[in-house]
Amino acid sequence: MTLFGKKTVLKKARKRDMPDGLWLKCPTCNEMIFGEEQEKALRVCPLCGHHFPMSRTERLAMLADPGSFVEWDRDVYSIDFLGFVGEASYQEKLESNRRKTGEIDAVTCGRARLAGRAVALGVMDFQFLGASMGSVVGEKITRLIERGTAERLPVIVVCASGGARMYEGMMSLMQMAKTSGALARHADAGLPYIPVLTHPTTAGVMASFATLGDVILAEPGALIGFAGARVIKETIHQDLPPGFQRPDFLLKHGLLDHVVPRGELKTTLARLLDAFCGPLQASEPPEVPA
Amino acid sequence: MAAYTLPFEKPLLDLQNRIDELRRVARDNGVADPQDAARLEAELAEVRRQLYANLTPWQKVMVARHPRRPYTRDYLAAFVKDFTELHGDRLLSDDQSVVGGIGWIGERRVMVLGTQKGRDTKSNLACNFGCPYPEGYRKALRLMRLAAKFGLPIVTFIDTPGAFPGIEGEERHVAEAIAVNLREMFRFPVPILAVVIGEGGSGGALGIGIANRILLLEHAYYSVISPEGCAAILWKNRAHADTAAAALKLTAGDLVELGIADEIVSEPLGGAHADPAAAADFVREAILKNLAQLDKLGPAQLLDQRYGKFRAMGIFKEGALPPLTPPPLPEDAV
Repeated sequence: MTLFGKKTVLKKARKRDMPDGLWLKCPTCNEMIFGEEQEKALRVCPLCGHHFPMSRTERLAMLADPGSFVEWDRDVYSIDFLGFVGEASYQEKLESNRRKTGEIDAVTCGRARLAGRAVALGVMDFQFLGASMGSVVGEKITRLIERGTAERLPVIVVCASGGARMYEGMMSLMQMAKTSGALARHADAGLPYIPVLTHPTTAGVMASFATLGDVILAEPGALIGFAGARVIKETIHQDLPPGFQRPDFLLKHGLLDHVVPRGELKTTLARLLDAFCGPLQASEPPEVPA
Repeated sequence: MAAYTLPFEKPLLDLQNRIDELRRVARDNGVADPQDAARLEAELAEVRRQLYANLTPWQKVMVARHPRRPYTRDYLAAFVKDFTELHGDRLLSDDQSVVGGIGWIGERRVMVLGTQKGRDTKSNLACNFGCPYPEGYRKALRLMRLAAKFGLPIVTFIDTPGAFPGIEGEERHVAEAIAVNLREMFRFPVPILAVVIGEGGSGGALGIGIANRILLLEHAYYSVISPEGCAAILWKNRAHADTAAAALKLTAGDLVELGIADEIVSEPLGGAHADPAAAADFVREAILKNLAQLDKLGPAQLLDQRYGKFRAMGIFKEGALPPLTPPPLPEDAV
């Protein structure tokens, strides 16, 4: 219940009046939301706070100070080194996802300023093959962390993932080891690392860099867990408790530090980094984009 | 436990039955061991050798899961002298799916730990079919910290279908328990040796698998996902597990080729379950040989070698992305 009446006036629309993409139905409160309005609100439903999927460009814009993001390792790309052929080949999957998203793989990494402070920032993108972790995701995250260590930068990774990229066999599993090893060195250098878990963050990413944060943040509504709900159900033949693997469940069970709505994420990160690293030095040179 | 025959071992069983029958008839009639039996025995050995020299990846998975295959406790009993088991994670419980403790292999003090399967319903319930809860990984971590404190090399035996997928595991954050082990295992300045003795089931196996050397038994496998799970996702049908097993490149040979495993430990003819004592000898020798080689590295070198080993894992390209092939035309457009 709200203390003060909502002032937001939303245009109601009948289904047949809607051109594609202009209006979206919120899956939580079932209200129709005007697309532009949702975009302005960081893809959050203005009525119930449901967090819609966000593109990596939008995420970068939300976290990095304007014009401050300099991408690293953009030209690292996946290859079908096992010649993996399932219902579709890995090569076909890669190409269809590259066409669909216009991206090369499932993570974008680089250096950015976050409220003035230089950080190493990675953003995973569930739209690209379920943000599964193959050699490229593992390598780019590892390089992000290693450069963070070398340049003494805090590392922030916006996580999302369906898990390991099966098409790369054991090489995908080993990315969990590689990224975790890099985080050991980053931590030994006394630098902060904060993962932000978004919908959904599961399996191999969950069992490596997503849960190794000094502080672990999550977005409201995100599915966060190790095993898939279907696998658990089939194994234990029990129904899962309501809210299972959702942020409140994980907060209650002690994994998360905070569930942070998008609108507060950047200020929360900035406040944490200030507390860990001390306030920003006025003498810190401004970012010069490469 | 009664003999257990894998489906592809049927020809071996048939031959063995014929040999037994010949011998029984001969004995009943009071005649000497028939020549036929000796001939068939030679044939049996040859068929077994042929069969095991040419196992498909899926057949290897079945051998790795053989219920009579030696498990961690069998190896501990076979060659770890004065073994003192250490219990509990000091947080919640003593997960029986991970066993470990201190003892001696040859002239060396070691911390040995591994995932443990059961052979019957009772033992399987006790150790949860070899699928650790978070407490198993935290117990392993506790033991490894002890090893680092006292300068003991760490030997891990991997034999698990994977971490247990259940409500409690999620409530107590099995993912975090595994992740912490991955990170911490990069920090212990003592030699670490990981030996996959049976099933290397994904993250649940990797959770005790960060090592300076990774050894696989000849018929063990190590995979990012079970062949059945992979088949269910990529072929929408678990019956394609044999195809998935081949595609995943999960055998010891495949993993040495990919640069993930360092060495294959031979198994006795017919697999470790055919002669557990011989298998234990092979494993013991491999451990001692590798530990001796790692003796040449100091603490900092051990850490660097371990980091470098995993850092090099990954196959990708860098540079301009080759142009995408044009999308296939929709079928109705043809």
